[in-house]
This record gives sequence, C-alpha cells and structure tokens, in this order.
Amino acid sequence: MKLFGALSWDAIPWNSPLPLIAGAVVIAICIAIAAWVVLAGHLPYLWREWITSVDHKRIGVMYILLGLVMMLRGFADAVLMRSQQAMAYRAPGYLPPEHFDQIFSSHGTIMIFFGAMPLTIGLMNFVIPLQLGMRDVAFPTWNSTGFWLTATGALLVNISLVVGVFSRAGWLPYPPLSELEFSPDVGVDYYLWALLISGIGTLVTGINLVTTILKMRAPGMGYLKMPMFCWTALASSLLIVAAFPILTATLAMLALDRYLGFHFFTTAGGGNMMMFINLIWAWGHPEVYILVLPAFGVFSEVISTFSGKPLFGYRSMVLATLGICIISYLVWLHHFFTMGAGGTVNAAFGIATSVIAVVTGVKVFNWVLTMYGGRIRFATPMLWSIGFIVTFVIGGMTGVLLAVPPADFLLHNSLFLVAHFHNTIIGGVVFGVFAGVAYWFPKAFGFRLHEGWGVAAFWFTLAGFCAVFIPLYMLGLLGMPRRMQHYDMEMWRPWTQAAMIGVYLFAIALICQIVQLVVSIRRRDSLRDDTGDPWNGRSLEWATSSPPPSFNFAAEPNVRGEEPYWEIKRRAIETQQNDARYEAIAMPRNNATGFVTGFFATVTGFAMVWRIWWLAALGLAAAYAVFVWYAWRDISEEEISAEEVERIDHAHRERRADWLARQSQTRETT
Amino acid sequence: MTTIEAPALGRPADPYKVHRTEMLATGHGDAGPASTRVVVAFGFWIFLLSDIVMFSAFFAAHAVLQNATDGGPAGRDLFDPTRVAIQTGVLLLSSFTCGVSAVATNARSHVWTQAALLATGLLGAVFLLLEAHEFAGMIASGAGPQRSAFLSSFFALVGLHGAHVGVGLLWLGTMMAQLFVKGFTPILYRLICFNLYWHVLDIIWVAIFTVVYLIGEGR
Repeated sequence: MKLFGALSWDAIPWNSPLPLIAGAVVIAICIAIAAWVVLAGHLPYLWREWITSVDHKRIGVMYILLGLVMMLRGFADAVLMRSQQAMAYRAPGYLPPEHFDQIFSSHGTIMIFFGAMPLTIGLMNFVIPLQLGMRDVAFPTWNSTGFWLTATGALLVNISLVVGVFSRAGWLPYPPLSELEFSPDVGVDYYLWALLISGIGTLVTGINLVTTILKMRAPGMGYLKMPMFCWTALASSLLIVAAFPILTATLAMLALDRYLGFHFFTTAGGGNMMMFINLIWAWGHPEVYILVLPAFGVFSEVISTFSGKPLFGYRSMVLATLGICIISYLVWLHHFFTMGAGGTVNAAFGIATSVIAVVTGVKVFNWVLTMYGGRIRFATPMLWSIGFIVTFVIGGMTGVLLAVPPADFLLHNSLFLVAHFHNTIIGGVVFGVFAGVAYWFPKAFGFRLHEGWGVAAFWFTLAGFCAVFIPLYMLGLLGMPRRMQHYDMEMWRPWTQAAMIGVYLFAIALICQIVQLVVSIRRRDSLRDDTGDPWNGRSLEWATSSPPPSFNFAAEPNVRGEEPYWEIKRRAIETQQNDARYEAIAMPRNNATGFVTGFFATVTGFAMVWRIWWLAALGLAAAYAVFVWYAWRDISEEEISAEEVERIDHAHRERRADWLARQSQTRETT
Repeated sequence: MTTIEAPALGRPADPYKVHRTEMLATGHGDAGPASTRVVVAFGFWIFLLSDIVMFSAFFAAHAVLQNATDGGPAGRDLFDPTRVAIQTGVLLLSSFTCGVSAVATNARSHVWTQAALLATGLLGAVFLLLEAHEFAGMIASGAGPQRSAFLSSFFALVGLHGAHVGVGLLWLGTMMAQLFVKGFTPILYRLICFNLYWHVLDIIWVAIFTVVYLIGEGR
C-alpha cells in the first residue's frame, strides 16, 4: 500500500498549460485574499462573526456568496464551450476533446449543485425566519454544518482543476461510461465525493427548513397567512427531503461499483445501467423544481410589492405550488422517453408532464393579474420578474413540446433540449435569484444596490439570453446534437457563432453586476436604508431594521387579521412603535462545529478520491470526535440582556424617525 | 417515549425564542413556535423519513436485481433461516429494551436507564456479529458482492442497515457516557431521538427480513 494512494506528481497537469495557469491564478488570488485578511487583522472578526456563525442571515449571505463565485466559474466554462463550437467548423478548435468533455461536465455540475442550489438555499435561509417572525431556524448549528458541507463539495470540484482531472461523463455520470472500466481516472470520483458530501449538506438544510416553517412560526402566523415565498420554500424543502436521499443512494451505488467492484450498473455481472437512469432522474426531475419553486416565490413577493397590490389568487397560488411539488415527483421518466419503455408508459408520463404546465400556468396568470391595475414601479427586481414571465413562458412551451413523446424522439439529446432547460433555469432560477438578491440586499446590508447598473445588467442579460438560446433552439431543430467538440455541417456554423456573441453579451451583463456591487458599496451612504423598508414591502421582514439585529425582532410580532401581507406589516410596525416592554433574549451561541466538520469532510473526500485509506479513516474518526465534542458542550445559548435589546431597537427607531423627518422636510421645500 | 418532559431551564419567557421550553405551544401558527421537544422530535422524524427514502432506493435496486445472479448462487442457496430468525429476535428484543430505557428515563432512574441502554447496545452488537458472520461466510464461499449484481444489491442493502446499527451503537455509547458524567438534562431530547432511530431500524429490518430473506428463499 502506498502512503499517498493513487496520488503522485503526475496528478498535476504539468503538460497542459491552460488549467495549470488558471489554477495558479486562482491559488494566487486565494493566497492574496488570505494574506490580506490576516495582515489587516480581519481574521478574528471573520472567524467570530462569519465562519463560526450560526445566524441564519449570515449563513444565507455566505451561501449566496458561494453560489455567485461558483456561478462565475461555471460561466467561464460556458464561454469556453460556446467559443469552441463557434470555431470548430471543420476544425479542431482550441480545446482538445478530453478537455472539452471535462468542461461541459463541470459546467453542468457546478451550475446546478454549486451555483443554483447555494443561491436558492441562501435566499431561503436568509428570508424565511424574517418573513415568519422567528429568531432563527430550528437547528442553527446544523444550518452552519450544511453550509460548510456544501462549501466542501465546491472546494473538491475546484481542487480537481489542479490536482487530477474532473469527470468527463456529463453532469449526470451515466454508466457504463462512468464505470471504472471506461473512466479509469479520478474524474468521476471527484464528482462522486463532491456530490455525496454536499448532498448531505443540502439534505440537512431541507430538514431544517421544513421543521422551521412547520413548527417555528410567530404567534398568529397561520398557514394561509404565510407569504408566498415561504410556501414555495416549504414545497422546495419537502422535495429536498424526498429527493436528495435518492441521489445519495444512487451515487453511493456507483461509488461501490467503482471502489469495491460491485455490479449495480456495470455491463458485466448482471448490472442494470437503466436502473441508474431511473434512480438519478427520480431525484433529478424534482431537483429542477427544488430550484425553481423558491424563484417562483421571489417573483410572487416582488411582483406584489412593486405593483402595490396583494398577490392575486393567493390560495390558488398555494394550491398550484403544492400541485407542482407533488406532480414534479411523478414525471421523471420523461427524461428517457427514447430508451424503450414502450408507448403506454411514455404516454402516461407525457400527459403527467404536460399537467405541470397547467399548474404553472395558473401561477403565470396570477402574476399577470397581480400587475393588472397596480401601481407598477420598474425597479430592478421588478424588471427581472417581468423578464422572467416573458422568457419562462417560451421555455414552458418548448417544455410542453418535449413532453410529447413523438416530438421528443426527434429533439432529445439535441441542442433544442439544451436550449429548453437553460431557458427555464436561467429565465426562472437565475432571474429569480437576481431579483431576490436585489430585493433583499438592503435588508441584509442596510443599503440598496445601485439602480442604473442593475438595469444595465438586466438588459444585457436579456439580450445575451436571446442571442444564445434562440440560436440553440434553431441548432436543435437543424439536428445538432449536444456536446459536440467539432462538426462539419455548414448550416450550423452561423448559429454557433451567434450563440458565441450571445455569451459575450452575458459576460458584459456580468461585468455590470460586479460594477453594480462595487459602485453600491462605494456609495453606500447615499443608498442607505434607514427605514428598514426601502420598497414599501408587504411582509414581516420589512418590519425590522436593515440589517436586522442578531435576534431579528426586538418585540414579538403578533400576527393578526386576515389580509396576509400589508396588515401584518402595518401591525408589526405598530407594535414596535408602542413602547414595548423589552425582555432578555436567548440566542444560540456561535460555534465552530460546522466549519470543523467541513474541514474534515474535505480531508475525507480528497482522501477517498485518491484512495488514501488511512487519511480517510483519520478524517472520519476526527468527524466523530467533533460530534462528541459538540455533544459535550454545556452552554449552547447566550443571553442578550433586555437593556441591550432596548438600546438596539431604540437606535433603529431613531434612524427611522430621522428619515421620516428628512422626508417631510424635503416635501415642504419642494 | 414521547412523554419525556422538558428540562426546566428557568429562563424568562420569550415566546418567540429559537427553542422554547414550555409545553404549551403547538407550532400551528396560533400560539407561536413549538417547544424544543416538539421541534427536535419533529425534525428528527423528517430526517428518518428521508433515511427511509434512501433505503427505498436500495430496496428498489434489490428488487430490480434480485434475479440478476449472473450464473452465480441465488438467495435460496445462501440464506440460513435459523440465523436470520435469531437476528430478528435479537433486534426486536433490543427495540423492547430501548422502550424500557424511555420508561426509565421518564422515571428519572439513572440505573435503569443505563441498564436498559446497555442491554440495547449489547443486543445490537450481537446482531451485528451475526451479520458479520453471515457476510464472512458468503464471501469465503465465493459469493461476495463482486460475484453478481444480485449479491451487490444484497450486500449493499443489508450492509447499509448494518452500518446504521453500527452508527447507532457509537451514538448510544456517547450518550451513556454523557448520562454518566452529566446526568439527564443535556441529553433528554437525544434520548427521544435515539428511541425513534432504533425503532425505525427495527421496522426497516422487518422489511429486509421479508423482501430480501423470505422472498429470496422462495426464489
């Protein structure tokens, strides 16, 4: 047995400069940031206030940061792919095939698991306790652990850039290609351990959120008074709990095949590779809705707020959400209509799939009718929401087309399919996240994002979106299969070049986003939100200060009245303005359990990839030690005294009073 | 076991606190956040349901691969009904002693709680030894998990249950040590959760006993 398992100096790609340079740059940046943090003396603050934090708001922000950084990484992959295909007409392009295969695999993996998932989970984490009037989520330490396990997965994917290779088997590693026989390097192993570890993190978060929403709501917050975002987050969390264990089981089976010579999905020994595809999509289809449902919730909040009206058809919206939650679990087979299940099965799944469009249609009509007759303000979050309605309807219709088995026989595995799911996931999830980030940014940091740059980012994204995905639809109709490293059909060429221009428009949009963030931070004083309610919002999170204190609400919001949003907010502000009696608040103490668990999970995952068994065993033993150490703690909460609560709340109220005074002054002078 | 009472911490009432200790609240909106016991047990139930989903995936795989013996031995050539019967008896008995530990906890009896937990752990260990013996025998006779897809799914499903029992024993040992050093207060809710966990493992074993061993014998 070798001390370092399969790991050797050959694992570092000395002879392929591109990943080496990229890796070196990333490592240099990381070292530079770490050095700056340490030298400027920020480390104690970071450690105390962020890394060991169990505050749902901090964890939500860290999730969103992780998601945004990883989305940049995944977007770099997209630029590489679109450029390659634009150049690769009767030519090899600039990416060798095995590198191209790694890029499309890592693009899909990163965008779904480490981009979209952390972003939606981050929003849910940040918003739900505020909207439902709680101090924190049900299990704050588990929350932190879930985040650090997700970060572990992201880290492992990034390590594969420099040490070894990433999977070449697509974003879902279909056997037999992903079996040891056909993928003998460590690429698939990186995929497996990154997802097994981050999948546990996601599951923990799902359990936490379900418990939080069902059991922790403020007094008076009945189910049919919950803001729409909480409903969609509940549906999404239920799907996480029901679907992610299937992913874990499936990937564990594949790992057993690869590591111990099991025969679940092999071509030899009686293994059944179709079973993998059934299992992975039994998770994979709900996953799409895990991502998009919270985005639907964001749009519901944003459209209602910026139309100045309650959400139209609230109860039908709730029903539609739960309908999607259930139906999305029952349609997985439409992902492999062409694999010989037979006409009857295909028809059943085709019809079930189309039913989702009906339920989603209910939501679209409700959003449109919410805007009807409202006082619409075209702020950035609202632009993303309207852009979403338009683009998502196109994506939904192409989805209905794909749900028809005969059409699917022609279009599956073509770029039409790629265009369809990007259309729905970008138009749905990414627009939703951007809308949500712009909407709740002032709540998190106490100042608004710069509007001009946000609007520019929106229009460039929309233009890039059309310029990339309309050509991809065309390419699909012209018969171009997905994942081609090069081709020699002349009619495909102009469309691939158009798509490349589109991806550069996306890049401009991204730069606008970054500039927006920098400009907003520099001008934060003029963008300051002193009221805690910058948008004239309709739910409980706007009743507290921006950013909220660690305990969220100084006085207990008592939710009364039938009208869910406006009333709640009005009354919540009222109760704060009545001189409430302040009481001591006990909050969970920050602790390093999550971070330390994540650290040992990284060690274990890396050791398993390279088959360094002693290190893996050591990592697991250390994880158990952390568990015992955490279980042994004596004090899990700390008390914030009534005087401190009073001080914080009075400061907030003074800021708001000042702001009101300034407002009336400007009104008088103008 | 759900009647274990919450420890009184004597904090000022914050009806809105992350984990309440009073027993009044329902968590259904009208009365505010539920008590710690409700929240912890509920969250743990959700975890157990997700764990059952994971087991279902392995059950499904086993159902699909039950006949994929690749010319190798099938269930009826391998399973020993006597040992499986003893294993089942031992595990059911451990569920009973686990229930006894909950009763003893309610009575706040250290000695009886520790004794019942110890019995639970010992029975669990006997179960694991029997399973390890079965696995070792099968592997020695050339019927290891690499032999066929059927055996892969068998070892994975039964082994997954065994791994759960093993993790349960680690957890149990930790709690017994804590109970010995610190008394009941910090771990009451964990004892509830352990009870739920252990009974669910029993239920899953009944399913394995039926689907894997009884149906496998008949094939």
